[in-house]
Amino acid sequence: MAKTIDQHFDSLRETRVWRSIFRSGTGSSTLKRALAIQQNVFLHLFSTKVRTRMLSVSATWYLGTLTLGTFLILVATGIPLMLYYHPSAPQAYADTKDLQFVVSSGLFLRNLHRWSAHAMVFLVFAHMFKVFYRGAYRPPREFNWVIGVVLLLLTLLLSYTGYLLPWDQLAYWAITVGSNIASAVPVIGGKIHFLLLGGNAVNANALLRFYVLHCMILPLTAIFFVAIHFWRIRKDGGLYSHGSEPAVVRAQAASRSATEIPGGEKEAQ
Amino acid sequence: MAEETKRTDDVSRRQFFTKLGLGSLSIAAVGTAAFAYQYLEPNVLFEPSPVVNAGKPDRYPLDSVTLDVNSGIYIIHSEEGYFSLSAVCTHLGCLTAWKPELGIIACPCHGSKFSVSDQAKLKPGEKIEGPAPKPLPWKRIWLNDDGDLLVDRSTDVPAMARDSFVRV
Repeated sequence: MAKTIDQHFDSLRETRVWRSIFRSGTGSSTLKRALAIQQNVFLHLFSTKVRTRMLSVSATWYLGTLTLGTFLILVATGIPLMLYYHPSAPQAYADTKDLQFVVSSGLFLRNLHRWSAHAMVFLVFAHMFKVFYRGAYRPPREFNWVIGVVLLLLTLLLSYTGYLLPWDQLAYWAITVGSNIASAVPVIGGKIHFLLLGGNAVNANALLRFYVLHCMILPLTAIFFVAIHFWRIRKDGGLYSHGSEPAVVRAQAASRSATEIPGGEKEAQ
Repeated sequence: MAEETKRTDDVSRRQFFTKLGLGSLSIAAVGTAAFAYQYLEPNVLFEPSPVVNAGKPDRYPLDSVTLDVNSGIYIIHSEEGYFSLSAVCTHLGCLTAWKPELGIIACPCHGSKFSVSDQAKLKPGEKIEGPAPKPLPWKRIWLNDDGDLLVDRSTDVPAMARDSFVRV
């Protein structure tokens, strides 16, 4: 009798090579399935076990996952774009045009990068609003909210630094205006402006600095904080706790006020 | 006496080395921060010279306002003489434009408007309206030996002062 597809997969999972990479082995017992998550370097950030209700669309609208999705698209499209782009004043604008009109699929990659960047900013805000209105920032998740705010700032900075790279008039004036906002910081504002641009005006130095920030420093920082963000979800008890659902919070508040108003002193005893 | 000294010098070998280690690490950290700061601050800038040659004065007719887009300055020939205003908006650094039909300087980015003549009791460069926090600064202007107008964009001079004008 021919093997079923599942059986083929099972025999693949029994091979020595497979077992050397994935240690959990075959079988669908709860333990094996938990180990498959726990022993995977990427998946171990997440909970080994999740309630189905937490994975329902209504719980999160998948906004955080979608944000991660756009981030991955941005990395996957950004790296090929770097192969044709020189961050130098004479070449940057021409390279951008080459990507659009000369390089095969360059237009597709550039547009995908651009639209994903817009989508990511939108999704980050949507995710934040969803978390806020769900009350998912409440204890014990206060710290993850703070990490989220850091990630929001990193997203905006990534967006902002990427804006200069086409090196056209729009980019030039946007960065001129944006970097002058940094000058408004009391006392050290001028210094920050100078260090950010590597000069007094948006110039070749500024282009190179923004390129390094955009392609190296900010993405690495973002990955670092994203890892903490995901790990904290598990440590803080899953995507959301029953106790932080609006209906439960209202019910708790109602029962608390019901006991407090007639005999507030009794409770103190 | 012996006990007293023992109490005040009560630092074990381990504690001493811990303190020494942490101390050297902090000194190294401060040094690294200083080096990093110095490294990030460029010592040589390949930026255009702040001094701009604006050409012969007769290029600018009386009561004219001329914007030099590349250097970001206005050369204005008024009754009192030639003077120069920065064309960079004091709000967020956009390049302003001369609006001859209105007789004012206006910023396209956020709508700041600046006076050019003494109208409405404002000195040239002062804000009429908009978010700009400061007036457009006056720049030092002088004639060189060849009779060309030179403007130093890095030097502000007081508005309407005698030396802030060039008279030919």
